[in-house]
Amino acid sequence: MELYAMTAAALSAAMRRGEVSSAEITQSVFDRIRAVEDKVGAYVTLCEEEAMAQAAAIDARRRAGEALPPLAGIPVAVKDNICTEGVRTTCASKILGNFVPPYSAAAYEKLVAAGAVMTGKTNMDEFAMGSSCENSAMHPTCNPRDLSRVPGGSSGGSAAAVAAGEAILALGSDTGGSIRQPASLCGVVGLKPTYGAVSRYGLVAFASSLDQIGPFGRTVEDTAMLLSAICGPDAHDATSARREYPDFAAGLGRGVKGLRIGLPREYFGPGISDEVRASVMAAVEAFRAEGAQVREISLPSTDAALSVYYIIACAEASSNLARFDGVKYGYRAAQYENLTDLYERTRSEGFGDEVKRRIMLGTMVLSTGYSDAFYKRAKRMQGRIRAEFAEAFETCDLILTPTSPTTAFRLGEHVDDPIRMYASDVCTVTVNIASLPAISIPCGTGDGGLPIGLQLIGPRFSEALLLNAADHYEKLAGGFGAVPAVG
Amino acid sequence: MNEAYEVIVGLETHAELNTETKIYCSCKNEFGGLVNSNCCPICTGMPGTLPTLNAEVVNSAIKMGHACACTIHNVCKQDRKNYFYPDLPKAYQISQFDVPLCEGGYVDVILDETGATKRIGITRIHIEEDAGKLIHGDTFSGSLVDFNRCGVPLIEIVSEPDMRSSAEAKAYLDTIKAILQYLDISDCKMQEGSIRCDVNVSVRKRGDPNFGTRVEMKNVNSFSAVTRAIDYEAARQIAVLEAGGEIHQETRRWDDLKGENVLLRSKEDAQDYRYFPEPDLLTIVVPEEQVEALRAGLPELPNVRCKRLMQEHGLPYFDANLLVENRDRGDLFEETVALGAPAKAVANWLNGDAARLLGERNLTLAETKLTAKELAAMVNAIERKDISNTAGKTVIEEIMFTGKTVDAVIAEKGLAQISDAAALTATAQEVLAANEKAVADFQNGKTNVLGFLVGQCMRASRGQGNPALFREILEGLLKG
Repeated sequence: MELYAMTAAALSAAMRRGEVSSAEITQSVFDRIRAVEDKVGAYVTLCEEEAMAQAAAIDARRRAGEALPPLAGIPVAVKDNICTEGVRTTCASKILGNFVPPYSAAAYEKLVAAGAVMTGKTNMDEFAMGSSCENSAMHPTCNPRDLSRVPGGSSGGSAAAVAAGEAILALGSDTGGSIRQPASLCGVVGLKPTYGAVSRYGLVAFASSLDQIGPFGRTVEDTAMLLSAICGPDAHDATSARREYPDFAAGLGRGVKGLRIGLPREYFGPGISDEVRASVMAAVEAFRAEGAQVREISLPSTDAALSVYYIIACAEASSNLARFDGVKYGYRAAQYENLTDLYERTRSEGFGDEVKRRIMLGTMVLSTGYSDAFYKRAKRMQGRIRAEFAEAFETCDLILTPTSPTTAFRLGEHVDDPIRMYASDVCTVTVNIASLPAISIPCGTGDGGLPIGLQLIGPRFSEALLLNAADHYEKLAGGFGAVPAVG
Repeated sequence: MNEAYEVIVGLETHAELNTETKIYCSCKNEFGGLVNSNCCPICTGMPGTLPTLNAEVVNSAIKMGHACACTIHNVCKQDRKNYFYPDLPKAYQISQFDVPLCEGGYVDVILDETGATKRIGITRIHIEEDAGKLIHGDTFSGSLVDFNRCGVPLIEIVSEPDMRSSAEAKAYLDTIKAILQYLDISDCKMQEGSIRCDVNVSVRKRGDPNFGTRVEMKNVNSFSAVTRAIDYEAARQIAVLEAGGEIHQETRRWDDLKGENVLLRSKEDAQDYRYFPEPDLLTIVVPEEQVEALRAGLPELPNVRCKRLMQEHGLPYFDANLLVENRDRGDLFEETVALGAPAKAVANWLNGDAARLLGERNLTLAETKLTAKELAAMVNAIERKDISNTAGKTVIEEIMFTGKTVDAVIAEKGLAQISDAAALTATAQEVLAANEKAVADFQNGKTNVLGFLVGQCMRASRGQGNPALFREILEGLLKG
C-alpha cells in the first residue's frame, strides 16, 4: 500500500519501528497531491517546503532517540480559517486573500507541539458559510468519490484531502455540521467536539457560541488520535472547559453491549432520502445485534432547529465579520470617496454573496424592533432544544441519526437555492445549538457508490463513548479508510 | 440665564481604571508610548483572537458601586455594542447592556460653604473597553489610527437627571473624581483623558413637573468645559423655546475652543447598536463574600470626610474641601493634627505653601519627604514663636524636599527666632536711631509707621527676631 493511503495509526507504528520516515510519508502525500489535486482542489495553500523541513526535523529527533508523541511526523491538513503564523489564512475569502497572521491558533500550536507536519491550508466555503464548498472565493472543491459532486462543506477541502489521500488527517471547524456533513459526503470520519473541548483561539470566528475545531480521519482510531492532540483547556479562550481528557485512541475496543441508543423519529422523516434511511437503519440493526438497546425517542423541537441555528449563527456572524472593514488588514477597495464609502466598497467587493446574505440576515435579526421576535426568541428555543436533549440522555447513552439527508449532490445543483442548501444541515445543527459532541462515520453507499454517513450524538464531553461506539461499528463494517482512485 | 427656566442635567462619566493590564488582554494599561507600540492581536481585534476578562476591572467597578451605594449584580454578563469606526478595530465595543455590574445608587455632593449636600442619583455603573484614537496631521493626508488605548478598561457612571445647574454638575464631577482617587481605581489625570463626559441637558419652565426634551452633548473633555457646555446648551434651548420653537432629541458636539456646539446627529439618525450578549466571554459571577470584602475594604469617602473635618476641627468648607480633594493631603492633615498641631494652621500650610510647592514642581505629596511628625514640629515651632511664619516658608520647603528635620533646618539656616527682650531692645533702639523721620511721624499720630519699623527690625535681625515682641518693644520705646 502506498504510504499516503495508510492510516495515521499504522504510519505512527511504522515510524516508531524505524520502517519508514516522516520524510518518506510526507513525500508520498505530496506526490499524491501532485497527482490528484488538479482534479480535487482540496487546498488553498500548499506548504510543501515547510512540510518537508518539518518532516526532516521530526526524523532527526527520532533518530536522536527522542520519544515522540503519536502524531509526530504525520501529515495533517488545516482548514484555512485556522490561523497559522506566517502562513496565509484566507477563510477562502477575497477580503482576507492576503492575510498572513502573526500568531497561530491554539489548536494548531498543539498540533505543532505534537510533531504533526502541516501539508497546507484547505479550501472551504467562505468564512465557513455553506454546505458544499462552492462558496469559496478561490475555487470549488470536488468530491474525490465523484468529481462531478460536491465534497460538502464548509470543511469540504479538509474532508476531500483526507478522502483522496492528500493528507493523512485534517482539522476542520464545525458551526452547524461543517465537519460532519462533508465527512459523510466524502466517506471519511469527522468529529465535532463538545463546545469548549478545543480552544477557539485563532479560529476565525463565524458564530462564536457554536464554532468548534475538530478532527477528520479515514478511520475512527485516527480521528481519536487527532482529537487527543488538540483537546484541552486554554487560558486564551474563556469558553474553553477547564478539564482534562483521556487518550481517546487508547480507550477504544470496549464494545457496545448494553449501550442504550436513541433514534429520534424527527430525524428520519420525509426529508431523508430512502437510501440514506435504509443504510442508517441497517447500521442500527448491526448495533442491536451486538447487544445495544435501541429505542425510538422524540426531540420535538427539531423542526425549529434550522431557523434557530440560522438566526443565532447569522446574528453572531454579522458582528464577528464587521471587523473586515478595509482599515487594518486584508482587502481594501481601490477607490473610495470617504470613510462610509471605504466600508461599503470594501465589504461589497470583498465578501461573496452567501456571506453578504448572512451578514444582512444577522444584522436584521439583531435590530431594534426585530431582536425580540427573532434573536431573543431563537435563544429561548435554543434553551428548549438543549432541555430536550438533556431529557433524552436520561434514557439513552447515545443518539443515532443520519448525518446528511442525501448523498453528495452535484456541483451547482443547489447554488441558486439557499434554502435547499440550508436544509442539508437539518440533521447536524441541533448538535451545535446544544453544545454537544457528535461524530459522523461511513455506513455504506448509495446510488453511484456515493458514501452515506451516520451521526452519533452524545452528552457533553462524551467523546470517548462516541469514539468507542463508532470504532466498534467500523470493525463490524470491516474497516473504513480505503482511498479511492480519483478521476 | 432666564430665571423662568430650570436646567436639568444628567451625566455619563467614563473613567479609565488604573489596573496593571488592559481589560481583555495582557498589554500594559498605560498612557502614551510610541504610536501602536502597546497593543497586541487581541486588543486590535485580529481575526480569531479572543478576549479574556481581567478580574481586577470587576473589583474596581464593584468598589465604585459600593462607594455610590449601588446594588451590585454579582451575576451579570457583557454585551457587544456594534458600530463601525476606524478606532474600534473589532467594529464592536464590549460593554454591558441590560444588566450592569452596579445599579441604583447615589452620591451626596456638597454644594456650598455651609456644607449643605444634595443627593444625586446614580442610575448604573458598568464596565467596558476604551477605543483607540484617530490621529490627524498636516504632514500626511487622511487619518491614522493609534490602537494603544484600545482595551483600556473603563467604567461608565450614569447619573440620574438630578442636577439643576452647571455648578451642581461641576460639584458632582469633583465628587466623583475625588471618590475615584480615594478608591485608587483611576489616575484621574484629566489632561490624559482619564475622565470624559457625555452631558445630557434639558430645560423646563419652573414648576413644570415634566422634563423637557433632552439633548446629548459629546466631546466634553474637561470639568470646566462641562460648565461652559451646559450653560451654552441651556441658553440655546431657552432661546429656541422663547422664539416659539421646539427642542429635538439629538446629539450635539461641543467645541470648547469656539464655545459652542453643533448638531452631530438627530434622533432619526441614531445608531442601532444591535446589542447582544458577548459569546466569547462567560457570565461574570462574583462570590457574595468577595462583594462584601470589597465593601468592607472601602476607605472613608471624601464627601463624608469633608463634613467630618468641618465638624471635628471647626474648619471652614473651603479649607476642608481642599484638604480632602487629595487623599494623601487629607491623611497627612489628620496625622499631623493628631500629633497636637493646631488644625487651622496645618490646613493653611498644606493647602497653601505645600500645595504651591508641589504645583511648581509638578509632584504629588507622596513623592515628597514630608511627614506628619516634621510638619507638626514646624507648625508647633511657629506657635511657640521659636521661628517666624516667614522662616516657616523656608522650613517647609526643606522638610518636603530634603527630608531634614525641622530642628536641623532651623539650626543650619539660623532661623531660630530671637525672643530675648534685651537683644531685641538693642536692635530696636538702633532702628529708631536710624529712622528719625518715621519716629517723628509716629509722634505726630501716624501710628501706622509702626509696621514699617517692625519690618526694619526684622531685617536688622535677619528675620530671626520675634516680630510680635519687636512691636511691643518699639511701642514701649516710642511712647516712653
